[in-house]
Amino acid sequence: MISIDLTIFWAAIIGFAVMAYVVMDGFDLGIGILFPSFSIGDERDQAMNSIAPVWDGNETWLVMGGGGLFAAFPLAYAIILPATYPLIIAMLLGLVFRGVAFEFRWRDAGHRALWDMAFSLGSVVAALAQGITLGAILQGVRVENDAYAGGWLDWLSPFSLLTGIAVVIGYALLGATWLIWKTEGTSQRHARRLAFWLGLGTLAALAAVSAATPFLHYDYWRRWFALPGVLLTAQVPLLVAICAATLFWGLKRDFERLPFAMALALFLLGFLGLGISIYPYIVPRAVTIWDAAAPPESQSFMLVGALVIVPVILAYTGWAYWVFRGKAGVHGYH
Amino acid sequence: MLGQLDPVILARAQFAFTVSFHFIFPAFSIGLASYLMVLEALWLKTGEGVYANLYRYWLKIFAVTFGMGVVSGVVMSYQFGTNWSVFSTKAGPIIGPLMAYEVLTAFFLEAGFLGVMLFGISKVGKGLHFFATCMVALGTLISATWIIAVNSWMQTPAGFAINAKGQFVPADSWLPIIFTASFPFRLVHTVIAAYLTTAFVVGAVGAWHLLRDRDNPGARKMFSMAMWMAAIVAPIQILAGDAHGLNTLEHQPAKVLAMEGDYQPSPNGAPLILFGFPSNDEARVRYEVSIPHIGSLILKHDPYAPLQGLTDFQREDWPPAHIVFWSFRIMVALGFAMLGVGLWSLFARARGRLYDWRWLHRVAVAMGPAGFIAVIAGWVTTEVGRQPFTVYGLLRTAESHSPLAAPAVAASLIAFVLVYFSAFGAGTYYLLRLMAKAPERKEPELPNLPQRAAGITPAAGVGAPLTAGE
Ligand code: HDD
Ligand code: HEM
Ligand code: HEM
Repeated sequence: MISIDLTIFWAAIIGFAVMAYVVMDGFDLGIGILFPSFSIGDERDQAMNSIAPVWDGNETWLVMGGGGLFAAFPLAYAIILPATYPLIIAMLLGLVFRGVAFEFRWRDAGHRALWDMAFSLGSVVAALAQGITLGAILQGVRVENDAYAGGWLDWLSPFSLLTGIAVVIGYALLGATWLIWKTEGTSQRHARRLAFWLGLGTLAALAAVSAATPFLHYDYWRRWFALPGVLLTAQVPLLVAICAATLFWGLKRDFERLPFAMALALFLLGFLGLGISIYPYIVPRAVTIWDAAAPPESQSFMLVGALVIVPVILAYTGWAYWVFRGKAGVHGYH
Repeated sequence: MLGQLDPVILARAQFAFTVSFHFIFPAFSIGLASYLMVLEALWLKTGEGVYANLYRYWLKIFAVTFGMGVVSGVVMSYQFGTNWSVFSTKAGPIIGPLMAYEVLTAFFLEAGFLGVMLFGISKVGKGLHFFATCMVALGTLISATWIIAVNSWMQTPAGFAINAKGQFVPADSWLPIIFTASFPFRLVHTVIAAYLTTAFVVGAVGAWHLLRDRDNPGARKMFSMAMWMAAIVAPIQILAGDAHGLNTLEHQPAKVLAMEGDYQPSPNGAPLILFGFPSNDEARVRYEVSIPHIGSLILKHDPYAPLQGLTDFQREDWPPAHIVFWSFRIMVALGFAMLGVGLWSLFARARGRLYDWRWLHRVAVAMGPAGFIAVIAGWVTTEVGRQPFTVYGLLRTAESHSPLAAPAVAASLIAFVLVYFSAFGAGTYYLLRLMAKAPERKEPELPNLPQRAAGITPAAGVGAPLTAGE
């Protein structure tokens, strides 16, 4: 009994870590995706400065998601990573370029354009790989004897490509709305224009993925459209509509923070929708969270730490954001 | 063609490549973070501007190193699953939680305070900024502690049971899992290694600039600090290494015998083989140059104590002796070379010639990379010596890997090699360029200092805490 509760708890913690990653690194990567559209000089420097102090902390949630999965659901970790091997490697390599560019572009003015491109390409590759991975997991992987039993390109399908593109657009929306908040002048106006089109793109992508998902498996279909579940699930599209309307209204009225908040809300809702589709599987239709769970001794050992430490982490992360509150200037480099 | 390669060999090559690259950066940043902490503390205490300048000088270098450490580390946390999924399933319940604690207690701490440490000089008060530096330094040490606990459990597993699915699970308490027999030795040896690595880099940079201008106050100070560190810590490292070796002899005798090249048992005391070419196929060391009885003197502290030989063990349990034999010798030789430089500096200091003994400076420059080489050689000894097991004595490497497709692993290995050499090669170049610049009387801040556009002007920002001492 205890172990069942712990397992649900851990699924929630990992869901939280992945969500935290998606919203925080999402806007970093989004800025990377949009980077080529910013003019060289002020616009790019402001955009970089707005994320330089926080990107490392944001990326740590990815380590937390992966490490937490390894610790709490080792079987799932051991199935999902081989199943999506080329995607994971591509994501990691993308993140290498993205990460080093933060420092390198300032160290070498002569090659700044090159590192800006590395920053941008790295971000696009990482975002695309994450999105395709999501699609690959949703469509299901072949598992035999508790191990991945498919080929190394099984993840590739129209559906996974669709989710890949959807995530790129979504991250770009997060990035643009973040810049509306953190920049001013032409940068901000530019971001606002981008945000409008990206908002439309995100809605279209969300609709396309939502429309395709129920056709992947009968389970997904039943979960979303059969009574009594539909009474609950119907709320999700409703909320999406409300948030989207608020987003566009906020853009129109020149609000600075509302668009970012609404973009986050859209992501949260998308995430909730995924949770509704997948639960209680961790590798859809092959392995449930209980099949994959580490023994209760392992889960309870970590739970003690997580319950105490995560709030502390959130507190000092919040403090770090607060130290760098306000607009990110372009000044300060000599 | 790629399909014919052995995917397990490829996976091992990939893991070895990525982890070796990763460790180069922490080896430097663990020491550098502590060094920065000390510099800032000294500045706060004495108010002498030279410490503030050195702090800024090394902070720029730290920023570049740390970034590379982070991105190569993120790769590592996924390499277990991509390449060693069977190992991950089986050992996950034990090592997963330790690594999760590393994330919770170390990585978030480092990352959370890094931004303030790098960019917050003009945004928070002196005390708070020093606190951020301390938290980053503490984070690097906590990180080392957990990951060494993981590695030590794989070397000397304890405190586990095996469940129905064949997984290693905690037996009852976590203490024996964390504090395994080799953990304290490995932790001490590794952290000291990081300090030595940093000391020799700092020393080389100081020496380089002294060779150009022996009156540069920053260069003098950093050279002096680094040489103190070398003189004090190199001997400690040798003692720690000796203790570590004795501990390994007790728990992983085959590893030590391979390091020593002892194939045949020596009932009357083992010789110390200085050089030679060990061959597992012939079960002997070719072209051996050895001194009788010294091997037993070192390993047993008694010249006539009997010692086993590798032939006392199953042939399939031998580690590849030719690798560990040489990697071990490289590390030990560098350890003694470091000791030599440390002693030399003491001598120079006593004669009042620390800042103008050209040859000492030239040797110190040449020893700049010594720590990195010793550290990599040390890890090669440790990890290759653990073969053919991933969990020593219990889970073989050949049974630990993922269901891998050779083309995927080969392609990703090539990609890693290309990306790492280009990205980290450029990073190393930038580091060298930063180091080639002499520390100025008034070091500028990080160039990309984000500041609020409204309110604080850059001038006021720069004037804030760290330059006041000038
Ligand atoms: C690369 C070199 C290096 C590194 C990594 C460290 N130190 Fe150090 N430290 C020195 C190099 C040094 C030294 C041996 O060079 C100093 C500077 C001046 C001196 O007399 O000794 C020193 C002095 C020094 C002092 C005396 C300060 C004073 O009152 O004058 C303290 C309390 C520490 N250190 C503490 C530490 C701690 C707690 C460290 C890490 C956890 C550390 N040092 C890392
Ligand atoms: C396979 C083993 C290893 C894995 C999976 C691993 C994982 C990681 C990860 C994910 C990061 C980035 C953290 C962040 O996002 O801030 C990192 C950085 C770091 N790692 Fe490792 N690591 C390994 C080996 C080691 C070893 C052996 C040490 C030291 C003894 C070490 C010390 C550090 C330190 C101090 C950092 C902070 C960044 C830096 O200093 O460069 N790691 N590691
Ligand atoms: C004469 C001096 C030294 C001796 C006798 C010595 C001894 C050892 C031994 C026996 C091991 C293998 C431990 C195992 O069985 O797993 C080891 C590992 C290692 N050594 Fe050394 N060592 C010396 C100097 C150094 C120096 C100067 C450095 C770096 C600056 C260094 C860095 C390492 C590292 C990073 C490892 C791997 C981690 C570990 O297992 O502790 N060593 N050393």
